[in-house]
Amino acid sequence: MSTAEQDRRDAPLEAGLRQEIAALAQHAGHKRAASTDALKLVQKHFGYVSDQHLAEVAALLEMTPAELDSVATFYNLIFRRPVGRHVILLCDSVACWVMGAAAARAQLHERLGINPGETTADGRFTLLPIVCLGHCDHAPAMMIDEDQYGDLDPAGLDAILEGYK
Amino acid sequence: MDKQLTTPLTAMLQPGGMPLDVTGYEQAGGYEALRKALTMTPEAIIAEVKRSKLRGRGGGGFPTGRKWEAVPAGPGAPRQRYLVVNADEMEPCSFKDRLLLERTPHQMIEAVIISAFAIQADIAYIFVRAEYVLAIQRLTRAAAEAQSRGYLGANILGSGFALTIHVHASGGRYICGESSALLTALEGRRPLPRSRPPRSAMSGLWGKPSVVNNVETLCNIPHIITHGADWFLSLSRCADGGTKLYGMSGRVQRPGLWELPLGTKLTEILEEHAGGMQPGYECRAVLPGGGSTAFVMRDDFDVAMDFTAMRTVGSSLGTGNILALDDRRCPVGMLHNLEHFFAQESCGWCTPCRDGLPWVERILAAIEAGEGEAGDLDTLAHHVSFLHSDSTFCDLAPGAMAPLGSALKHFRAEFEQHIREKRCPWHDTAEGWA
Repeated sequence: MSTAEQDRRDAPLEAGLRQEIAALAQHAGHKRAASTDALKLVQKHFGYVSDQHLAEVAALLEMTPAELDSVATFYNLIFRRPVGRHVILLCDSVACWVMGAAAARAQLHERLGINPGETTADGRFTLLPIVCLGHCDHAPAMMIDEDQYGDLDPAGLDAILEGYK
Repeated sequence: MDKQLTTPLTAMLQPGGMPLDVTGYEQAGGYEALRKALTMTPEAIIAEVKRSKLRGRGGGGFPTGRKWEAVPAGPGAPRQRYLVVNADEMEPCSFKDRLLLERTPHQMIEAVIISAFAIQADIAYIFVRAEYVLAIQRLTRAAAEAQSRGYLGANILGSGFALTIHVHASGGRYICGESSALLTALEGRRPLPRSRPPRSAMSGLWGKPSVVNNVETLCNIPHIITHGADWFLSLSRCADGGTKLYGMSGRVQRPGLWELPLGTKLTEILEEHAGGMQPGYECRAVLPGGGSTAFVMRDDFDVAMDFTAMRTVGSSLGTGNILALDDRRCPVGMLHNLEHFFAQESCGWCTPCRDGLPWVERILAAIEAGEGEAGDLDTLAHHVSFLHSDSTFCDLAPGAMAPLGSALKHFRAEFEQHIREKRCPWHDTAEGWA
């Protein structure tokens, strides 16, 4: 991560973002009800939710940081640590297991040099396991960022990775 | 025959995969059921749904009309009231709700409006898992289109009934599919299940009367209103009404989803609709309705896939989305995969689930790795008998024990072989693409 990027992540939330979070809280009726949406909004901007940003969001929602962190850490898709530019979510549930998800994971490991939970040295990819994606008729399946892929095979998997720089 | 009369849920699916927009949906007869429903009383709608014998399609099978009836009604009853759609489809090997959400979003919206009217709810939430990106986009758009046509808002079609729909994207956790945890998630808290009583119908979201229904369940409602309970009952091949979105995955020729009469035989789904197994694979058993259902062995494939008949073979309908276990995959390895899922997704609130499931997972990992010991099967069996709904806070752990209990019975020889030979007999095919 560059120093400039690190500075941005450590800086207080910009006024515009704070206003968006306040609007979410207003819209929800009960401020706390916006917790998931607010955390996702921060994550969309910074890739993850830092301790500093978590504390700021908590204040905006009138929650304690611990309360909000108990929400943030509960969810599979709220990241409390930095991730790469692209996040690969590889399904590790049972339909994909039957259809060869282990081979897909092995190939990703071979190409990218990372295990589930790790980020490539160049910051391009983070690989995470994900529970059943509901794409079982096209198993093995995965997502990269918000894009969904199914019927993975060795050649197709390599081609898909090429699309993410 | 008219598709609307035989396969109502999927009759409006368009070739190419795009959903109908509001105009196309109207031209196909959409929102007519809403117009009719608004001329009925809420009590009459609930009575018709009760008579249709619609049961919950999310796995529980609870009669929908009875769930609605439990909401306090009448002039003195508390406001506000909430209708919540459980679109948090995360049960392993289930993918039916995704089809309805992505490809018939207006059917979902119309279903929500009618159902909210029936329980006199003023706010509805559709709680969608975050990974269903397309579903979230299409539902949000459909709700906006419905609003622009006067199907949502302060005075729906001049009836005086008011409803707002919020599409909520989850942060991603299996337990949110448990209805009380889902409500807690909507309140922005750590989504742990709640103790009952009180039932959600009395005290749910923000302490107000709330009903949580599955996507497929609710999508039946407009059709019941249009065609009536007798028609709905005539669709099925069993005592309960309607069709079912059956699905199949695994090494079958044509994995997919099919809307068929409730009570269609498992063998018919496997052989006719899924086209049987791929060449070189044999089907040894299936998980009939998700990761929380007990294995059904090949000798029992003649069973009808309905709520009652599935009990006679020691399993349950669940989501009705079937996964085939073929002869090239190890049953112990499959169990290990399943219990890893449940151990990871346990919310951690109650001790039997939080500590028991990882213990089960570790034992299965050891057996699969050739490090199993003589007493391991007894320890697993103890968990199956202990982790029932009287000793756990919710149904996650009992659900996790359903496949394990049945596997200990039906795959006993395979478990013992792993322990005796100190290896997995399927080891050579365990990590391959095919």
